[in-house]
Amino acid sequence: MKHIDEFRDPATARALVARILRDAGNESVRLMEVCGTHTVAIARSGIRPLLDGAVTMVSGPGCPVCVTPDGYIDAAIAVGRIPGVLLASFGDMLRVPGKSSSLEKEKGKGLDVRVVYSPLDAVALAAAAPDREVVFLGVGFETTAPAIGGAIRAAEKATVRNFSVLASVRTIPGAMGMLASDPEVRIEGFLCPAHVSTIIGADAYLPVASRYRIPCVIAGFEPLDILLGISMLLRQVKDGSARVENEYSRGATAAGNRKAQELLRELFVPFDAEWRGIGVIPGSGLRIAARYARYDAEEKHGVRPVFSPEKTACRCGDVLKGKILPNGCPLFGKACVPEEPSGPCMVSSEGTCAAHFKYGTGLQ
Amino acid sequence: MDKILLAHGEGGKRTRDLIGKVIARYFDNPVLAPLFDAGLLGRIEGEIAFTTDGYVVTPPFFPGGDIGRLAVCGTVNDLAVCGARGLAISCGLILEEGLPIESLERALSAMRGAAAEAGILVACGDTKVVEKGKGDGIFITTAGVGVMVPGWKPSPAAVRPGDRVLLTGTMGDHQVAVLIARQRLSLSAPVLSDVAPLGGLLLPLLERFGSRVRFLRDPTRGGVGVTMNEMAAAANCRIELEEGRLPVREPVRGVCEILGFDPLYLANEGKAALIVDGSVAEEALAALRQHPLGREAADIGEVREGPPGVRMRTLAGGLRAVDYPVGDQLPRIC
Amino acid sequence: MCLGVPAKILSVRGDTAVIALGGVQREISVVLLEEVSAGDWVIVHAGFAIERLSEEEAERTLALFQEIRNANEAH
Repeated sequence: MKHIDEFRDPATARALVARILRDAGNESVRLMEVCGTHTVAIARSGIRPLLDGAVTMVSGPGCPVCVTPDGYIDAAIAVGRIPGVLLASFGDMLRVPGKSSSLEKEKGKGLDVRVVYSPLDAVALAAAAPDREVVFLGVGFETTAPAIGGAIRAAEKATVRNFSVLASVRTIPGAMGMLASDPEVRIEGFLCPAHVSTIIGADAYLPVASRYRIPCVIAGFEPLDILLGISMLLRQVKDGSARVENEYSRGATAAGNRKAQELLRELFVPFDAEWRGIGVIPGSGLRIAARYARYDAEEKHGVRPVFSPEKTACRCGDVLKGKILPNGCPLFGKACVPEEPSGPCMVSSEGTCAAHFKYGTGLQ
Repeated sequence: MDKILLAHGEGGKRTRDLIGKVIARYFDNPVLAPLFDAGLLGRIEGEIAFTTDGYVVTPPFFPGGDIGRLAVCGTVNDLAVCGARGLAISCGLILEEGLPIESLERALSAMRGAAAEAGILVACGDTKVVEKGKGDGIFITTAGVGVMVPGWKPSPAAVRPGDRVLLTGTMGDHQVAVLIARQRLSLSAPVLSDVAPLGGLLLPLLERFGSRVRFLRDPTRGGVGVTMNEMAAAANCRIELEEGRLPVREPVRGVCEILGFDPLYLANEGKAALIVDGSVAEEALAALRQHPLGREAADIGEVREGPPGVRMRTLAGGLRAVDYPVGDQLPRIC
Repeated sequence: MCLGVPAKILSVRGDTAVIALGGVQREISVVLLEEVSAGDWVIVHAGFAIERLSEEEAERTLALFQEIRNANEAH
């Protein structure tokens, strides 16, 4: 398939791995892939063991499911229990544990939850079922926020009134800044997410790179993109640079998608958002703007996700911050396994712990 | 009569009408014809294999197949992968009140066609009706009886390093066809279910290569990924797959890319995985490819020394674990 | 958070377009892009085209891969 297969070529992969190993020399470098899609792609392509000794990839908090507070799941369940409500959700959210249950478990008990591929499908559901109240679980980063906003606009345009969004949108650059400034998180470079960058533009990382003197390379999600991105980061680390480079130039530009950015400015308002396991990061969330309150499920149905600090042995927070690898958490592989996850890092297909469990940490 | 009524399941005249005027018309063979309480199969020479299965697929009709064809082929294939030629199959129908008779007839006609293709007899059956809302249109349960290929039996214990893993064709066609038919994801793709009876493809191989075919399984729910794990566990061996060799049709790949699915874990209904002695792997592969149902057969990996489990050599040259999945794959954005 | 795929636009009608990927077709929204036409390559995420895919940049990256392969052979 065009634009996919060429970026999976085994011969180029071998050449890139060789280049990385040569450039690394005797000193191993610690890099963070911010984005969950990168974590899974790296795991699925088995790259980690190939770079052993040269590059350690630490997984960051870039899984929107992982960073969504358990109070959000509880609020979603509460809304779903309101008579007449139909919940529509991305598949990723179904198994995330709330305080005592999950959407999948509640579905088994009769909660009406439909998995959709696009938020527009949720609007279509609402249009087709005027006697139901459709609530879409709008979880994501900047890649997905325009799609969520686009769905709200589409509902408005088509006067679909029985549709609202329970939003949990987080933004990446603020989180990167927090990580770069945390002395416990020793990272020498950031592998930045392809499609977030498509929306926000490569220039969005300039403040992080210059303020914290840390190189940032945007990379696509195919194995060759990741290997080239890592190679570019490694070269910057070795020559002491702290620039923003864009490996994914075919899909992201310096300025990003202006139209999408305008839509975000109109539909959403930044706020200080809570990240599960991390805490509050200033300006790191987007909530629905007052003008669109009628499409905001919190306003419409009077639910407010309640956040409370978690007192558990689960160390998702430290995993998300890249402080430990999954096998550094006492629950990993024992009390916490994909069938019975203690925290979102294990349940989300993007979650660091799930990726390591499924695809192998220190694989033989 | 155009719809199934509760009365059709009550044993009275309506039941006799349904069986005599509708169902029996599709299965007019000498064993079923007398409509005794049991099908009399007569004396059987050989070692007997026996299997059972339930079919609840939604929707019951999908591109490339339907629940009726699935019921026959699934049963025949369970027997075939154990080395048995299907002899007779039972057909237990659970029909939902309100089911259009025309749908029932479509399914029965498909069963008849599949049975003829597979060379198996529908020897007995049963019909029950449940209230509206208590069934998904039509459920089918089957039991199948077969006769083993003389001298062969599944031998996972005989698996050893150097054996090769063969797959008779492309992965994921069935599950994607059903997904498209459900129409909840608004995708259109030229994908047909691969549902097919595999006796004619597999049994001659067992007759020809004997114990050098160690054992087989059909990768239905959970796909090749699950089947590899089951085989590695049964044989207590290490299987290493080659990502570049996994056969997947282009449109199935397209759906997987869009929805974030892994084709390794998608269901198949017309495929088998075999572990064979390395020395006959090429010949066996050629033999499979001679048959219409095995044209895209591939050598997808091998059994190696090392700790038991399933691994895959990736296109990028790395190694990844292929484990049991947790639950069904769901479309994801992440 | 970023599952996006490269797909070709087959047709456009107002705010929506039909894309194809490996023979699979779907209707998606193009409201996030200015002026798309049949034949354009786009990146699709959650039912929306989020950007055009630049074929020139793709070629450039592939050319870089070729250089890297050549350089590796020299080692």
